[in-house]
Amino acid sequence: MVTTPLTEEQVWSVLRKVPDPEIPDISITELGIVREIRTGHDTVTVVVTPTYSGCPATEVIASSICDALEAAGAGSVQIETRLSPPWTSDWLAPEAPEKLREYGIAPPGARTVSHAVRFVPPVPECPRCGEKKTTRVSEFGATACKAFYRCPSCLEPFEYFKPF
Amino acid sequence: MKDQHFTYLLRLADSPLILAQRLSDWCGHAPVLEEDLALSNIALDLIGQARLLLTHAGRVESRDRDEDQLAFLRVENEYRNLTLVELPNGDFGQTVMRNFLFSAYQVEMWKRLQTSTDTELAAIAAKSIKESTYHLGHAADWVVRLGDGTDESHQRMQAALDRLWPYTTELFDTDETDRAAASNGIGVDPSTLKPGWQNTVSQIIDEATLTQPPETSFVSSGKSGHHSEHMGHLLSELQYMQRTYPGSQW
Repeated sequence: MVTTPLTEEQVWSVLRKVPDPEIPDISITELGIVREIRTGHDTVTVVVTPTYSGCPATEVIASSICDALEAAGAGSVQIETRLSPPWTSDWLAPEAPEKLREYGIAPPGARTVSHAVRFVPPVPECPRCGEKKTTRVSEFGATACKAFYRCPSCLEPFEYFKPF
Repeated sequence: MKDQHFTYLLRLADSPLILAQRLSDWCGHAPVLEEDLALSNIALDLIGQARLLLTHAGRVESRDRDEDQLAFLRVENEYRNLTLVELPNGDFGQTVMRNFLFSAYQVEMWKRLQTSTDTELAAIAAKSIKESTYHLGHAADWVVRLGDGTDESHQRMQAALDRLWPYTTELFDTDETDRAAASNGIGVDPSTLKPGWQNTVSQIIDEATLTQPPETSFVSSGKSGHHSEHMGHLLSELQYMQRTYPGSQW
């Protein structure tokens, strides 16, 4: 099969449709982990910065990227992992917070530099009813990137995407 | 030189690897569901740190060993983890006390390694410090909550501290490999991490109404490859799949 090389912009638009496997309402580009795209004669290199060292989704994401780009006609796809600078929740796209909220996850607040050894837990708004005084249940939720909270008003439990 | 660089990286990698193996024992057994998730998440972060470090160590060694070969196919005396992390979990109190002592140490170490002349190590440190700081917050909360809790929980946390304390001497013990790593800017001299660590530990121990045990002359030697009697049993589980089905992959 003869393929025309994908342009950088075409690669970005393919990746904008690749969902995060844990939070499928946002894409991997909205998560801010795709840092750079390089297109060559018949290869595409996608530079990815993982969120957490132990995030099990990392490998699924790499194979989803390859699948999506190959389906779009890319020749060979290479995934390059870049650790530095480390990923931060500040890299979430501007539209990501609203999408997270719609999905039932409280978006991360601003990162604060704390020198306290113990947690100084933030108090996120309930993503369902907007209640401001919520309670932390656990610093860890179902995935490394989230903490677990409860709303005293609508009584729903919810996850909070940690500022990191 | 290259050998010492490799050994230094193995030391950094093996402690999180072995502690992750211990913590994963709690999966399905923690006192409450939230802690089950927390300990499993911490174990995953630690495995992630170990993978990055082992992959890097394998490249430095240049003998074509990847992270899996290094994690699963070495013999006991080739593991360079601190003895502290291979000790059995004990009760939940002892588990979180160890996480506290170890993550406080990791935080001090990552802080310094962010400026390592080994740029890959510096990148791993910059990433890991965020995770270890979070682990430290989790463990410190529990140490205070249980230490300054009921008579029973207080007594158990003091027993945990007494049991683990002698193994903390090794954290700051310095040998040839450490000195070589420190002198060429790759690593840090572990003895220089003590003041920062002690500061964190004292603050939380006081808040938890616990008493710091006296120093002893005992120095454990896991980082030199001389392990406790618990290590062989741990490795038999850790290595089981790769030993039984060599080269098997997910």
